[in-house]
Amino acid sequence: MSLLEVHDLHVWFDLARGGELHAVQGVDLGLDAGERFGLVGESGCGKTTTILALMGLLPPSASVSGRVLLDGENVLARGERSVAPHRWRDVAMVFQGAMNAFNPVKRVGEQIAEPMELHGIAEGRDARRQVGELLERVGIPAERAQRFPHEFSGGMRQRAAIAMALACKPKVLLADEPTTALDVMVQAQILELLVALADDFGLTLVLVTHDLPIVAQVCERAAVMYAGEIVESGPTDALFHSPRHPYTRLLFAATPDLYGTEEVASIPGAPPRLDRAIVGCPFRPRCDSAFGRCVDDRPALKPVAAAQAAACHLNDVPQEVPA
Amino acid sequence: MTDATAANGGPPLLEVEGLVTRYPVPRGLVGAAARRPQRWVQAVAGVSFRLRRGEMLALVGESGCGKTTTAQSVLRLVDSDAGSIRFDGADITALGSGDLRGLRRRMQIIYQDPYESLDPRFRVRRTLEEPLEVHGIGSRAERRREAEEALRLTGLDPPELFLDRYPHELSGGQRQRVAIAASLVLHPDLLIADEPVSMLDVSVRAGILEILDDLRSRGLGILMITHDLSTAARFADRIAVMYLGRIVEEGAARDVVTNPQHPYTQALLSVVPKRDPRQRQRPEILRGETPNPVDVPPGCRFHPRCPIAIPECRDVDPELRQPSDARAGHLAACIRT
Repeated sequence: MSLLEVHDLHVWFDLARGGELHAVQGVDLGLDAGERFGLVGESGCGKTTTILALMGLLPPSASVSGRVLLDGENVLARGERSVAPHRWRDVAMVFQGAMNAFNPVKRVGEQIAEPMELHGIAEGRDARRQVGELLERVGIPAERAQRFPHEFSGGMRQRAAIAMALACKPKVLLADEPTTALDVMVQAQILELLVALADDFGLTLVLVTHDLPIVAQVCERAAVMYAGEIVESGPTDALFHSPRHPYTRLLFAATPDLYGTEEVASIPGAPPRLDRAIVGCPFRPRCDSAFGRCVDDRPALKPVAAAQAAACHLNDVPQEVPA
Repeated sequence: MTDATAANGGPPLLEVEGLVTRYPVPRGLVGAAARRPQRWVQAVAGVSFRLRRGEMLALVGESGCGKTTTAQSVLRLVDSDAGSIRFDGADITALGSGDLRGLRRRMQIIYQDPYESLDPRFRVRRTLEEPLEVHGIGSRAERRREAEEALRLTGLDPPELFLDRYPHELSGGQRQRVAIAASLVLHPDLLIADEPVSMLDVSVRAGILEILDDLRSRGLGILMITHDLSTAARFADRIAVMYLGRIVEEGAARDVVTNPQHPYTQALLSVVPKRDPRQRQRPEILRGETPNPVDVPPGCRFHPRCPIAIPECRDVDPELRQPSDARAGHLAACIRT
């Protein structure tokens, strides 16, 4: 059994103008203790909605179905009552732009201590000591706990946001675009820190990002999302070297590499609207290899190789032997 | 430079020499009342480069390195404090506002965020035709033709499909295409692209960069400002790496990427994530923060973070020169190379 399992997760949002947006359309995931996992996709693919659902932090306009098993317990079973005890304690999150989400008029240390006090883990002097240790661990001198957020640089605020997520010593850390908007050198520092923390604390790290190279460098396994579903998952090495879904292959091909010499090509078209039912394969209108069956038969995510799965009919067609 | 100029048969399109642009540091009410001396940030501290027609130069660096201020100085959106800017052979450093108007037709800029650079109340048609009206160019029919042609150049074809749309009816990639089209209706010679794809989804970025590539092949000079070395390596002809207001390395894009000379460039390249998980790199992560241009270190401005600095680096402010194992036209500002 995995540490965290997601089964057939769906999320719908009620739209103000009527109707629904089907943001997450049947996501399955299994995360092992201590692994570094990447959730990759472009804007609107449902990656952030998926992890917000795991945290039980979706807005009231959302409805959720499916199961999220944490150590075997379905945390979605009774809504807020079943998820609240685990939030921050077992599963914590660094939000996108978290570095800009600190309360500007409260000292950084007090804000990091809040989840500890909320969960009765530590209070007063004990909490302050633990905050100091956490700050040191993420590379910030403990005495800076007395400072205000505006006295921190962007990189330091992101370190503090990570410290806050770790305040209750969670098992799983969900990091949503943790380095977007940071300079490349600071990005490298933050990624190095996340990897070190995952190793030291035995954390399961879920890195949510649009940036394939970051996942390639940091994560052992990854899932690629498109139009609310996982279209391919597997070891990052396999996703790059032997992708089994055209979207994975084309997304890598659209990403420039420092030393790459091949053509960098965009993917024509745009993702489908999620406020109407999708017929057939959601990627078909942009796919370079679609065939008849893709028009009305939506492919399911199926095993295609060791620890690799893809949702593409091409995998049912006998492959030509590559030259 | 000499053979490049010869091959082009004329002066460079843009020639920047010793450019210095500084901003006053706000003193605050207390500082002003106490008559504390005014302090200055040298955002651009002596930058020189050339850009030819049909060439794309990428100005690369971290935030605060002065790349955007350099572009704003070139466009004369901010006044520089020293140095010269020559455009198509003419010195434009001190041009007055009247003369600048004619010049601005020939120099255009596109910005990072296509969601903010287009007026949400304007249909595409108006966004494209307005610059022509402002400059009093063409009849109605001619303006319409220009707008259609610009849309075609940016891949929004057929134009009739897009002319009557509002920005909110376009995707991010399409908006950026409209922003580029709006810069093209005046037939500029120089296009400055400030982080043109960093707000866009990965799958549409290449399409925008291909448009810039196509415009370059049509003879535009393109100055691309970016923090993304992978994009610069793939699309630019030359790369200039900036650090704290200076160009510390410059050369053909391939040379800079495959044979970096300056230790800052080397560190920067080492932390760029590679696509292939098998190429797990050993990043050479520089400690500390992106430096603050208010307090520039003496000597080489990179020496406090430099892994190979020697005592001399604290005193010598190195000039750009060609290192011994670099090819012609590849320059670095480091006494250790």
